[in-house]
Amino acid sequence: MRALQGVDLEVHRGECFGLLGPNGAGKSTLIKILTTLLLPTSGRALVVGYDVATEPFQVRKRINLVSGGDSSGYGVLTVRETLHLFSQFYGVPGPVARRREEELMEITGLRDKADARLSGLSTGMKQKLNFARGFMSDPEVIFLDEPTLGLDVEASRDVRAFIARWVRERPERTVLLTTHYMMEADELCGRVAIIDHGRILALDTPSALKRTLPEEAAFEFQVSATGQDLEPLLEITGVRSISHHAHPGTGAVELKVVVQEDDVIGEVLGRLKGLDRSVLHLTKMEPTLETVFIHHVGRGLTDEEAGNGA
Amino acid sequence: MNLAAVYARASVRVKASFRERSWLLGETLFPFLAMSAFVLVYRGLRAPREYEGFVVLGGAMIAYWNNVIWGMASQFFWEREQGQLQLYLITPVSRMSILLGMALGGMAMTTTRAAAILTGGILLFHVSLPLERALPAFGLFLLTLGAAYSLGMILSSLFLLWGREVWHTATILQEPVYLLSGFYFPVSAMGVGIAIVGSILPVTLGLDGIRQVFYGPAAHGLLPVRWIPPIQIALTAIFLFVSAVSLRYMENLGKQEGRLTVRGD
Repeated sequence: MRALQGVDLEVHRGECFGLLGPNGAGKSTLIKILTTLLLPTSGRALVVGYDVATEPFQVRKRINLVSGGDSSGYGVLTVRETLHLFSQFYGVPGPVARRREEELMEITGLRDKADARLSGLSTGMKQKLNFARGFMSDPEVIFLDEPTLGLDVEASRDVRAFIARWVRERPERTVLLTTHYMMEADELCGRVAIIDHGRILALDTPSALKRTLPEEAAFEFQVSATGQDLEPLLEITGVRSISHHAHPGTGAVELKVVVQEDDVIGEVLGRLKGLDRSVLHLTKMEPTLETVFIHHVGRGLTDEEAGNGA
Repeated sequence: MNLAAVYARASVRVKASFRERSWLLGETLFPFLAMSAFVLVYRGLRAPREYEGFVVLGGAMIAYWNNVIWGMASQFFWEREQGQLQLYLITPVSRMSILLGMALGGMAMTTTRAAAILTGGILLFHVSLPLERALPAFGLFLLTLGAAYSLGMILSSLFLLWGREVWHTATILQEPVYLLSGFYFPVSAMGVGIAIVGSILPVTLGLDGIRQVFYGPAAHGLLPVRWIPPIQIALTAIFLFVSAVSLRYMENLGKQEGRLTVRGD
């Protein structure tokens, strides 16, 4: 099985670059290769001009990695000690490390927990600590593999604000970000690559990607959970794609339909009635990164597999 | 940078030793009980008193050997299981410095165990360890540790790639290693051939030499004691070289096969 096929991309220095793709798309495999954890079976990968396969030491001096949902450190250590520990593996001088510890604890809201042991922290705090750890070495390139995964709304917002500021502060700093959250990629990334089944399907700025969409309209429905399968909607002429998932709170089905022109939506409404689906809500969507994603991949990131049917 | 990494990684273990003291009982009383059993067996057999000294010295050495295997060699496996190995592998420091830090950090616990055994042996069983021989014995002990921990670094490369299988193998082989190393008896009792084979483990010759330093011919040494320091030094150099090569090789193999991380795509 090939996790990546013909991936050919260049991330510029100073850029915040996003990698969007569903589970199994190859995002983490690409990150592992670029962070010298995995060897490519063919091709070449350079990070800050150094080959990941033949010059891993040079690469490692200049990078760091934060994998969202993970925690780092040991339960008996405090927050401050954990940050200091990982700074020492990059040769950060003591006074510099201490200054960064204070800054990062402040930014991630861990200042009050500076001397608390990791064993007593909540999962969210451990993830924030893991995030802060990645920046202790002040890398030239930081790889953020779903950094806000599992964080609450406020924490995610703080993390995104920090990432944006961190890149702005020094032009030589570069971020490669993978995320499930379209809004995050849209907000943070200068350019985004959409990846699925190991292939880059599209690569450009978010606004340029949205402009590449054919002249088509996207509509968002909320329909009843009971009724027949929704796949017959694809048989309607003018319907380009559909995606759907159950709303976690209400149980109703959120359905996105991309049509060639607005007039098609009338037929969609009629077919939904025929499928015994009540329409609870209808909105016309402006082009978003998610629309671009669905256009290229054929489904949303949170969509159920075809055949399960809401 | 590598020295800082050694210190940093060692400090984790040292802090853990002082902050979580539940290990104290397990690392002092229980090993002492195991040692006591062998002492009592020798007393029951009316063995020469030196044999009780062999047991005490062997019991102390076991503490360090266990630290080599479980406190250092197997640690990359456990770090991988906890998802932390990748955080070490993406750093520019040498893997050996991280391993050395783990080993040195475990010394606090290990030395406490060894000290408990030595103290208990001397105070309770009146084992004789002539003080005037302590310095050369300690010197030989340090050379033995150097060789043992260097061997541990080779083993850590096996744990890195085949963690769980090697862990099971190491567990199964624990008692055979104790036997082959002569932890509780003079290794020469097994015959020269087997004893020489066992000498690939640095602790075997190290113990043999330390016993000879304290007890002279009564130690039934395998090799003349003056041969042992150069052998240990040579083993250290060889093991360090091999470990550098094997760690690099195993890491590259792990990178090719995607075995270094736990989290999938």
